[in-house]
Amino acid sequence: MALIELCHLRSNVNIIPFQEVDELIPSVEQMNLSDSLRLALSATGQPIDFKQFSHTENGKKINFEFQHGTTTLGFVYQGGVVLAVDSRATGGSFIGSQYMKKIVEINDYMLGTLAGGAADCVYWDRVLSKQCRIYELRNRERISVAAASKLMANMIYSYKGMGLSMGMMLAGYDKRGPSLYYIDSEGTRIQGKVFSVGSGSVYAYGVLDSGYKWELTDEEAYELGRSSIMHATHRDAYSGGIIRVYHITADGWKHITNQDASELFYARKTKDL
Amino acid sequence: MSILEYNGGAVVAMKGKNCVAIASDKRFGIQAQTLSVNFEKVFEISPHLYVGLPGLATDTQTVYQRLKFRQNLYELKEGRSMSPKAFCAMLANMLYEKRFGPYFVEPVVAALDKNNEPFIVAMDLLGCMTTPDDFVVNGTCSRQLYGMCEVLWEPNLEPDDLFETISQALVNACDRDAVSGWGAVVYIIEKDKVTIKHVKTRMD
Repeated sequence: MALIELCHLRSNVNIIPFQEVDELIPSVEQMNLSDSLRLALSATGQPIDFKQFSHTENGKKINFEFQHGTTTLGFVYQGGVVLAVDSRATGGSFIGSQYMKKIVEINDYMLGTLAGGAADCVYWDRVLSKQCRIYELRNRERISVAAASKLMANMIYSYKGMGLSMGMMLAGYDKRGPSLYYIDSEGTRIQGKVFSVGSGSVYAYGVLDSGYKWELTDEEAYELGRSSIMHATHRDAYSGGIIRVYHITADGWKHITNQDASELFYARKTKDL
Repeated sequence: MSILEYNGGAVVAMKGKNCVAIASDKRFGIQAQTLSVNFEKVFEISPHLYVGLPGLATDTQTVYQRLKFRQNLYELKEGRSMSPKAFCAMLANMLYEKRFGPYFVEPVVAALDKNNEPFIVAMDLLGCMTTPDDFVVNGTCSRQLYGMCEVLWEPNLEPDDLFETISQALVNACDRDAVSGWGAVVYIIEKDKVTIKHVKTRMD
């Protein structure tokens, strides 16, 4: 303040001391950088109804919100957890990609699957993996799948009703053994042995439920996951592409195979189809 | 979603040198659910005249049956077979009859006329005809098909090359459409023979 007087600056010039600047300009970018749980609100404070942006001013359709159709599944058995997913991304009936990666590696012992809004799933999975790493550093032990899934469910729940769209599975191996959770944007969080999520899940369940048992060998388990997804991609128009299979054991997750769904179909093709 | 996309499906026809080709996918589904993989949308009207009726499956069948009915009446009355031009006029007329409650099909016609000249026509669901001199497309992946045909088609293709061109166009267009595909069928129409080939496509 003494400097201001020395320089003969007029007192109505607005000069703010350095440390106060941050408090006065709480920009959205800074908010999210310091706390990834905080997302910007729309100008009205209400979540935007995306439907009003589905067409341009000329009436042309805009394809955003990719990837609504999906088939993902996971199950726990004697040898750990197996996850299998398809890889198709659609916007309406247009196939945007056949090579989506719908399994996210959260850390060496935990995987998440994506279904629903692609951006929502990818963002919150990334936030979750950050949270899990922080937990690990603070507590000097790996986070349990139960705790991680609760972190995820709570984060999503705080945005309930704001239009998030995701149905995910969290699978991992911790000190309690293998475990599998289903979490969705409605706030659901359930532990279970067998789950399938997405538009093709009904078809996948048909195969999965008829073939599942606890005593499955590793090879049988991979095969069950694979053929469940294969049949789902055949019936469900919004699922397809590559079938990715992952396996989680006490040693962490391992990627088993990437296989083309259509090639697999022809390899298995029976006369009745 | 448009009712034209309810069941999915696509048809394409192309002109060649003294030959013409028409092809369709074989999917029948209800929105995302695939119910059948041998639902053909291309029908023989007479030995050198074929029509493809992509769109709402129930109308595909109804329009085909009514077309066949009117064609039979014509041939009994006139004592001669229908020319492609007359057939198209009849079809267009039949569609426009239902101007205020249309059949949800977008027909594609492929034929050799009496001079064995290639003849192709596409219509919208109200019966507006277009007669380009290269190729016509209709169905849920028509935009993808336009892209493929625009790149692959060239004038004066021999029957074998025409088959390759139309198959590649259809198969690759269907691979970018969730509700078309699951097998395809191609008809190559020549002066003294018609070749029907079933093409393997992705089954997901």
